[in-house]
Parts: sequence; C-alpha cells; structure tokens
Amino acid sequence: MTAATGTVSRANMTALRTLFRDRPIIPLIALLAILVIVIQLASPGIVSAGWAGVMLRTAVPLAILAGCQTLTMLTGGIDLSVGAVASMVGFVTATLIHSPGGVPQAILVSLVLALLAGLITGVVVGVFRVHPLIVTLGMSFIVLGLANVWQLQSVQTGAGVPSELRTIGSGLQGDVIPNSLVVFVPIVLFILLLLRRTGYGRVLFAIGDNPVAARLSGARSWQVLTALYALSALLAGIAGLVLSGLTNTASVTLADSSVLPSVAAAVIGGTSILGGRGGYGGTIVGALILTVLSALLTALGLPEPTRQIVFGAIIVIVAAAYNRVTAET
Amino acid sequence: MTAAAPTVDTARSRPLDAVAGYVRRNAWTFGLILLLAGLFAFTKLIQPRYGPIPIQGLATSVQPLVLAAVAQAIVVISGGIDLSIGSMMALTSVVSASLMDKQSDQFGILVVIGVMLLGLVIGGINGTLVVLTRVPDIVVTLAMSFVWAGCALLVRSGPGGGAAGWLKSIVVGPLGNEWIPKAAVVVLVVVFVIWIPLSRSRLGLSIYGIGSDRLAAFRSGVPVSRTRVLAYALTGLFSALAGLSLTATTGIGSPVPGPYTLLSVAAVVLGGVSLAGGRGGVFGPIVAVVILQIIQTDLTFLRFDSNYALVAQGAILIVVTGFSSLLSIRRARS
Repeated sequence: MTAATGTVSRANMTALRTLFRDRPIIPLIALLAILVIVIQLASPGIVSAGWAGVMLRTAVPLAILAGCQTLTMLTGGIDLSVGAVASMVGFVTATLIHSPGGVPQAILVSLVLALLAGLITGVVVGVFRVHPLIVTLGMSFIVLGLANVWQLQSVQTGAGVPSELRTIGSGLQGDVIPNSLVVFVPIVLFILLLLRRTGYGRVLFAIGDNPVAARLSGARSWQVLTALYALSALLAGIAGLVLSGLTNTASVTLADSSVLPSVAAAVIGGTSILGGRGGYGGTIVGALILTVLSALLTALGLPEPTRQIVFGAIIVIVAAAYNRVTAET
Repeated sequence: MTAAAPTVDTARSRPLDAVAGYVRRNAWTFGLILLLAGLFAFTKLIQPRYGPIPIQGLATSVQPLVLAAVAQAIVVISGGIDLSIGSMMALTSVVSASLMDKQSDQFGILVVIGVMLLGLVIGGINGTLVVLTRVPDIVVTLAMSFVWAGCALLVRSGPGGGAAGWLKSIVVGPLGNEWIPKAAVVVLVVVFVIWIPLSRSRLGLSIYGIGSDRLAAFRSGVPVSRTRVLAYALTGLFSALAGLSLTATTGIGSPVPGPYTLLSVAAVVLGGVSLAGGRGGVFGPIVAVVILQIIQTDLTFLRFDSNYALVAQGAILIVVTGFSSLLSIRRARS
C-alpha cells in the first residue's frame, strides 16, 4: 500500500481502504444510518416502519434506473436515454389501456418499443463504436420526439394510468411493505446474479477494465454491448411503469428529472464511471441515500435552492471520498 | 478551423501525420459549411420568401446555444466535459437580469464585465474541484449542475429582471447590410477577441496538448492541473456570455436551466470535436448549431409536426457520429 496522506495514520488508512475496496457497501450503509439518525433528530418521531416503507417505495424506480447506469458504467459507458425511454413506456402504456388486449398488451407493446430503442442504441455503440454518451443522448431526442408525436395523435382516445400499475407502484402491504418489491426484488436478484455468477457479467467488467484486452481474449464486445443497451432500455421501461404507477402520472417527460440522480446513485454506490469497478448492491444503497437525503433536506425545512446546492455538494464529497481511499497509485 | 490547428500539429513527431490531420479536420468543418449552404438553398427553394429577416431571427435565436457550444468545445478539447453549462447559463443570466433591471446603460456595462468575471470564477471552481478531487469530470460537473442551478434559484425564484437597452439591441437586427445579422457579428467578435488569440498562445497549445495526451503533455512540461482549471474557467466565461445572450435575447433572466447542456454536447460532437479531446475547434460546433436549427425551420416549412425536428436532430447525431466512427475504424484497419 502506498504512503497515507493527511493526518490519518497509515494503518487506519490502509484498513479503511481495504474496507472500501472489498466491502464498499458497509461504509455506505453506515452513511445511510447516519442520515436516518439525523432525520430522526431533525424531526423526532418521523422514523417508523411506515416511513421506511414510503422511502423504499420512492427509491425503487430510481434504484432500477440506477441499475441501468451501473450496468452500462461497468463497461465504461453511460445511458442518458433512460429518462426518455422510461417516460415513453409509462406514457404509451397509459394511452393503450383501451386496446383489445387490455393492460397486458399495452405493457407488452410499450416494452417492445423500449427494447427496440435499446437494440438500436446497442448496435451503434457496439458495431459503430460511437461513444455511448452521444448515442444515448441522440436516442433520448428520438424517443422523446416520437413520444410527443404519439401524444398529439392519441390525445382524443383518453388515457390514464391503469389501476394495476397504481397498485404495484404505490401500494403498501400493511402500510409498510411496498408492492413494488414484487417487481424490484426479481430485478435485483437478476442483476446481482448476472454480474456475479455469469460469464456475461464478467465480460462486462472485462470490457470496462480494458476493452482491447477483452477483445483479444475472445469477448465479442459488439454482441455484449448490443445486449447490454437492450437490457438497459428494458429495465428503464420497467422503471417507467413503476414510476407512472407511483406518481399516477403519464407524461412524456415524467422520468427526465431522474436521469442525473440515477447516475449520481450509481456513482455514490461505488461504480466507477470509467468502467471495470462497481456493483449493484452499492447502487441500491446509493439510491436509498439520495432518497433519504432528499427527505432529510425537506424535513430540515430547507428551501428548494439550498436543497439542490447541498444535494450537488454531497455527491461531489462522497465521490471524492471514494476516490481518496480507493485510489491506487 | 482555428488557426491553432497547424501550430498544434508542429508539436507532433511525424510531419505527414500533421498534414493529414490538418486536412482531415478542415474537411469536417468545410463539409459542415457546404451542408449549411445546401440547407439554406433548400430552404429558399421550399420557401421562396425566406430572406434576410428570417436569417436575422435565426441568428438571434441560436446565439445562446452557439456560445454554449463554444464553451463546451473548449473543455472537450482539453479532454474534459462540462455538464453544468446550462446551470451556469441560468445563474449568470439571472444575475445579469437582476442587476441590470431598471439601471442605466453605463451600469449595464459594469454588470456585463462583472458577470463575465463571475463566469470565469464559477468555471474555475468546477475545474479546481475536478483537479483536486480526481473524480471523473462528468461526475463533478453533473453534481455542480445542481449547485449552480440552486444558486440561480437563490438569486431569483422565478423569471424576471431586465436587460440594458444596448444589450438587447446588439443581438437583434442587421448591421449595415441587411444580410449581416448583428447577433452573428457579436458571436464572431467575441470568439475572435477571446478564443482565437488564446488558442494561439501557450495556454491554447497546452489545452490541445493535455486533451490529446495528458501524460505526454505533462512530460513535455505542460502544467496539466493549471491548464485544466483554466480550460474550465474559459468554459465558464463562455457560459456566462451564453447566459448574457439569454438575457439579451429574452429580455429577462430565468433560473430554470434550459436544454443547453446536452444540446451543446451534441453540437460539439457534430462539429467535429472528439470527446476524447485534443481535436477540433470552435467553428465546427458553431456551424453545427446553425445546421440543427435550420433543419427545424425546414421541417416547419414542410408542415411536419415540430416534434419530428427533435427526432431528426437525434437521428442526425447518431448517423453522423456513426458514419465518422465507421470511417475512422476502416482507416485504422487499412
């Protein structure tokens, strides 16, 4: 280990570094616990089982979107189209509920549209090797524009968020356990197993760590990336369904404001935007931290401007702390 | 293309590469200018009444985004990216609109100078944080976009304020000949006064150098950290100019950031600046912004739903970058 900097002693620093690098989730959970304690001190009595359920319910869509960022960031990419895709899926589903197939067909059609957008993104990233930032940015323009066109054409048919989605997105079992866990838990298990137990997951890390080495070792990176961005769009679509159920809103810009927080959640959770390092466990805690932080800033009675400033400052501080203790020199 | 390009190339080891690179970069910008000329001709064809007045309007409406694209180009050339440009524009716009409201023209000049300095400072803060924390540029500037947007809301909770009369008048209408919009002249003057001399200076070379290969630049004695901070400060300065342009063209300041951050990234990429850094100039992005805007105008003339303009912009971004990437892959193989 390299020489420790600052006033922290070498031994402490080394221990902290090892902890952060091997079990990044432990310090993150500690940070989350501190935030919960602070919010309890700020407005005594607020923390309860019901409150935890509401926090979890709010965090679920963000955590799914942050999953898209985690997966793409592991390969050194990013997905800026998740907001447009999620909003589009929620919106299209709401406009199609009166179609012959009912709600299942509406959901199926809109998720297929999301998958199609993701496949195109993936091919351009994987085959044409354009920077994912650009491709997903362009795709978000395309999806938003087409969703707007569809909005103008479907305005007469009448639309509403189907009650099934409202139940899943915003219902609480016994006022504590969010129904959205029915969707979220399988997604979590899927992503965790994908990253830890499958060859595909290892290739994602490999491509992010060193794309050339991955290609020379026989990874077909264009296939991996195409599948990755298709998966990311599908997850974003599911997040859009949950979010529209949670907010009882179907709008073509519903999830736009979640894009930057989803990147922030993955970064706070310890996934490197440069690729090759990270995981979904940390990201989930990151999404919870951002949600509780937001609630805390509201509980403290801070006005909106100050909340935004503190929010941004904390992202920088946490990311910097991460870098400081895990930096390999 | 900027005059800096040949100067930078002399720093390269192989002269043949330098010549080839120079020609290639110029080809991109000239290609864009040809495309723009073609689009103007096409517009005239489908709308014979298209003339000097709409062109003046076009120049005024694209001015904020053009300056934002210049801001983004500078930091991208240095190998970074700034996702807080839209928020910095909102902050500088509300500051200028609040200070200039119902004040004299002379005071307005002071405000403009002050806001430009503010841009340098907030850009410098972005750069300092990027250098000190060693967190990737995209994460730091993303977080700072919340901070600057929050500051803008602290200054004004809603749209309002005013702009000095002279500031509003220099972005509207023609200058002398009816075909020369004042707004375009202002942009060119700003770029020629600030960026061109800088890009030819030691600092400009260093910005291209650290963007091209940071380690090589460091070993050649370039103060990498200082140059990165200065590149961000320059981006802040041009973001402030873009914010002033917002105030001037709309007559008020709004604390809510517009879509400028991501559009500036799109314009920079279309303008031939590599996201990897070290390549391109500021004129490509400027032309790219005008092209994106005129496509929107054409689609309106062709009676398309205006939302298709957004689709077209996204498709152009993907197709053009895909095409150029494919070309470079094939070149690398041959």
